[in-house]
Amino acid sequence: MIYLDNAATTLRKPPEVIQAVVNAMNQMGNSARGTHDEALAASRIIYETRELLSDLFGCPRPDHVIFTSNSTEALNTAIYGMISQGDHVISTDMEHNSVLRPLYRLEREREVSLSFVPADEGGTICYEEFERQITPRTRAIVCTHGSNLTGNLVDLVRVGEIAKKHKLLFIVDASQTAGVFPIDMEKMHIDVLCFTGHKSLFGPQGTGGMCVRPGLDIVPLKVGGSGVRTYEKIHPKELPVGLEAGTLNGHGIAGLGAGVRFIKDTGMEMIRRHEEKLARVFYEEVCQIPGIQVYGDFQADCRAPIVALNLKDYDSSEVSDELAQGYSIATRPGAHCAPRMHQALGTVEQGAVRFSFSWFNTIEEVHTAIRAMKELSQ
Amino acid sequence: MRKKELKYLVTFHTTTGAMAMEKYCKQQQLPGRLIPVPRQISAGCGMAWAAPPESREVIHSMLIEQKMDVDGEYEIWI
Repeated sequence: MIYLDNAATTLRKPPEVIQAVVNAMNQMGNSARGTHDEALAASRIIYETRELLSDLFGCPRPDHVIFTSNSTEALNTAIYGMISQGDHVISTDMEHNSVLRPLYRLEREREVSLSFVPADEGGTICYEEFERQITPRTRAIVCTHGSNLTGNLVDLVRVGEIAKKHKLLFIVDASQTAGVFPIDMEKMHIDVLCFTGHKSLFGPQGTGGMCVRPGLDIVPLKVGGSGVRTYEKIHPKELPVGLEAGTLNGHGIAGLGAGVRFIKDTGMEMIRRHEEKLARVFYEEVCQIPGIQVYGDFQADCRAPIVALNLKDYDSSEVSDELAQGYSIATRPGAHCAPRMHQALGTVEQGAVRFSFSWFNTIEEVHTAIRAMKELSQ
Repeated sequence: MRKKELKYLVTFHTTTGAMAMEKYCKQQQLPGRLIPVPRQISAGCGMAWAAPPESREVIHSMLIEQKMDVDGEYEIWI
């Protein structure tokens, strides 16, 4: 089986990640619920993972790394916890539903108005549009670092400068880029960076989180057990516990920590170069196959290792199923939870077949996928 | 039950603060260990760093230098 659905979840994990989860399940008690060895083992591993992530993302403090179950929960927390009645928010056509649906919900529930920086048919956005959309009521820019459909990246330094200049909150969805592309919260003026663990950070599903700039006030989505201040009716505000009600996914977080350590040991640049090479080789070959249309901006210097395409007017689900059944190649078809992006690309009806690459893919696998597409096109 | 001893106790706002303390003290070979917060102390986090009273001065200076997330400092018999 050739797994090319890494933008959904990375299937192949470093062995260290699996071992870390197994060890955690054998040894870890509940973090922050006592000081016996097992409880401390959990607290220590979770703390180490906070340190690793704060270092990876340039988050000023490890205790401002908040764990959630995925990016969706982090984005919901950030968006729901900071945007108030009547605010205006700027986002983009490149977003995933994990950004769009919380915003649409606020549109209904808090009379929040929304503007979207449009994407062209290549899926790229015009940065000047961010400033054009600003109104006196604009509170935040919420945007992705990389499209999960096209792989096009957003220049966070540039958008961050705009957010800083106009004193806007800057909330970033790094689901497709964390661990592969450098992210520096300080340099990019990011207020809240949302990430998921199970993609390019090589962690287990059910891990993710948000890095929060110190000084921000985020109303939690959930309150409850904290292990501290039991007799107070109000959930404690201090981070990280203020945004982490209930027992954390300590076993998963142990795996996530091992994933981040693997990235640091291997080298992010090394990983990126390998993935970019695989995506580039695949693109260069398939874009020449008659009947194949590839989506996204491939002139860009830097892009996430994703190639989305369609074959003639075939349903993308049919093509993906052929790849799975006939060639044991795993891809993702259909709509990719990115409705505005599909509208911009003109793929609402057909969807798209997405090939997404990871460190654990090989160039031989890419050539097999190219051959499969050539055969299917005949 | 063991005999009570006078201890220097540091409490924290969050578990993360207690973890930062433990890591730093281990690195610097400062004395003490994490214990559950005794009931006579009210603290944000359920863990406290317990050390011999004679280490108070050196640990106190470190807490300030390292900007540890300290909730309180105590000397109590536990």
